[in-house]
Amino acid sequence: MTPVVPAVAAAEIGRVFREEYGRAVAVLVRYFGDIDVAEEAVQDAFAVAVQRWPEAGLPPSPAGWIITTARRRAIDRLRREASRQDRHAQAALLHAREEPTGEEAVPDERLRLIFTCCHPALAPPAQVALTLRLLGGLSTPEIARAFLVSEPTMAQRLVRAKGKIRDAGIPYRVPHEAELPARLRAVLAAVYLIFNEGYTASSGERLVRADLCAEAIRLGRLLARLMPDEPEVMGLLALMLLLEARREARTTTGGSLVLLADQDRRRWDRALIAEGQAVVRRCLRRNQPGPYQIQAAINAVHSDAATVAGTDWHQILQLYDQLIALAPGPVVALNRAVVVAEIQGPDAALTLVDGLDLGGYYLLHAVRADLLRRLGRTAEAAAEYKAAMAGTQNAAERDFLRRSREALPPA
Amino acid sequence: MKQYLLGMYQPEGRTPPPEVLDRVMRDLGVINQDMKDAGGWVFSGGLHPASAATVLRLDNGQVVTTDGPFAEAKEYLGGFWIVNAEDLDAALGWGRRITEATGLPIEVRPFRDPSRG
Repeated sequence: MTPVVPAVAAAEIGRVFREEYGRAVAVLVRYFGDIDVAEEAVQDAFAVAVQRWPEAGLPPSPAGWIITTARRRAIDRLRREASRQDRHAQAALLHAREEPTGEEAVPDERLRLIFTCCHPALAPPAQVALTLRLLGGLSTPEIARAFLVSEPTMAQRLVRAKGKIRDAGIPYRVPHEAELPARLRAVLAAVYLIFNEGYTASSGERLVRADLCAEAIRLGRLLARLMPDEPEVMGLLALMLLLEARREARTTTGGSLVLLADQDRRRWDRALIAEGQAVVRRCLRRNQPGPYQIQAAINAVHSDAATVAGTDWHQILQLYDQLIALAPGPVVALNRAVVVAEIQGPDAALTLVDGLDLGGYYLLHAVRADLLRRLGRTAEAAAEYKAAMAGTQNAAERDFLRRSREALPPA
Repeated sequence: MKQYLLGMYQPEGRTPPPEVLDRVMRDLGVINQDMKDAGGWVFSGGLHPASAATVLRLDNGQVVTTDGPFAEAKEYLGGFWIVNAEDLDAALGWGRRITEATGLPIEVRPFRDPSRG
């Protein structure tokens, strides 16, 4: 009797692509010393997989199969090109000979690749684009759409970044201990930037681009697995999980913004909250607090409260004081003032807010508007809502501010 | 091994007092020696102010000579190093030390590798 080979659905291959693309690219960048060669080889191998897997079934180790196939086919192609005096191909082949990689075990080289993508010699938008491209396997049009830039602009950004890695000799390795804290901060900032772009898209009609949030969390989980001893890595993961838990509840079906205080807390994702809170507890036990851990802790306290009234504002204020001591700045001070309003009232908070130097930052206007509204200073509140609306391009936020302004009692 | 240019940019017409300059020159001497000991030093030198510069331009097949720097700027190339380094991080490591010693911004630029076109 012939065993029935289950057909591999296209969706299954798509899943393998998402999960294994970055890992395969990372191994092959190490092997060939060239990002373009690695990307092309992995895409080539997946093209073969799409043809072969539906009939032959999923190989026992899809990642191993992709990496072996990609390496073999790339070497064949590079040999043909090298024989035509292609220097680029010759260099990649030479590199491949210098650094043999064991066939038996597939090492995880993604940490090196993340540190290369997020090297401070690359501008943050380039870091973010490269990380999504090389580790997330997102296509250039997908990244362009996510960041609302044209495809040619994004393609050029990626080409330029890869060119700089090659020409300037940006190394492919995990930084030494002495450089690690600063370099890790850049990596975490890039991942959080991806998450935030998904969570509160800086412009455009959709408040949330869920796919970017999911990708950032996937990267966060990967970092947590590869660097389990870094408390800020765990802090960032917890922060993203706890924010993600509220994502569904923070927009109406119509797509407008719902403030934390007005959210239907039954719509919060309990599984994500439990996971996020467990990570917070684990990293706080290490007693090496950092900005991401404290922000995660603040969100953990919010997640504990079944109602707004049940929120432990005193604990949140303590955490903000700790956050300001570690990472001072007017934006943190603004958020702290919002908490002060809950404990001491809007008057005390307004005094704090008026002492902040935040220029035309739209959230400053939004916070002032809300405090003035609560103080019954309607005309001033209306002016502040207007100023806040002028400062954001996000349609859902503008809509929220407009509705808040319209809901003010007549002056 | 790659080759990098470390260019040091300084504001025009501002010379630090002698005691500061002495310390800076002493620190740079140590850095140069460390570069040589590490096998990274290729060449280095300080430049006269941009007012000492002369620019040549081709104009209708004639070379025209003019007084002054190539472009008006607030900061000019004041000195430079050419170093061999394993990768950008190693080159940035030298650049960081020069920045710390001089307080001046350092631009790190890779040389083209003639073998790779």
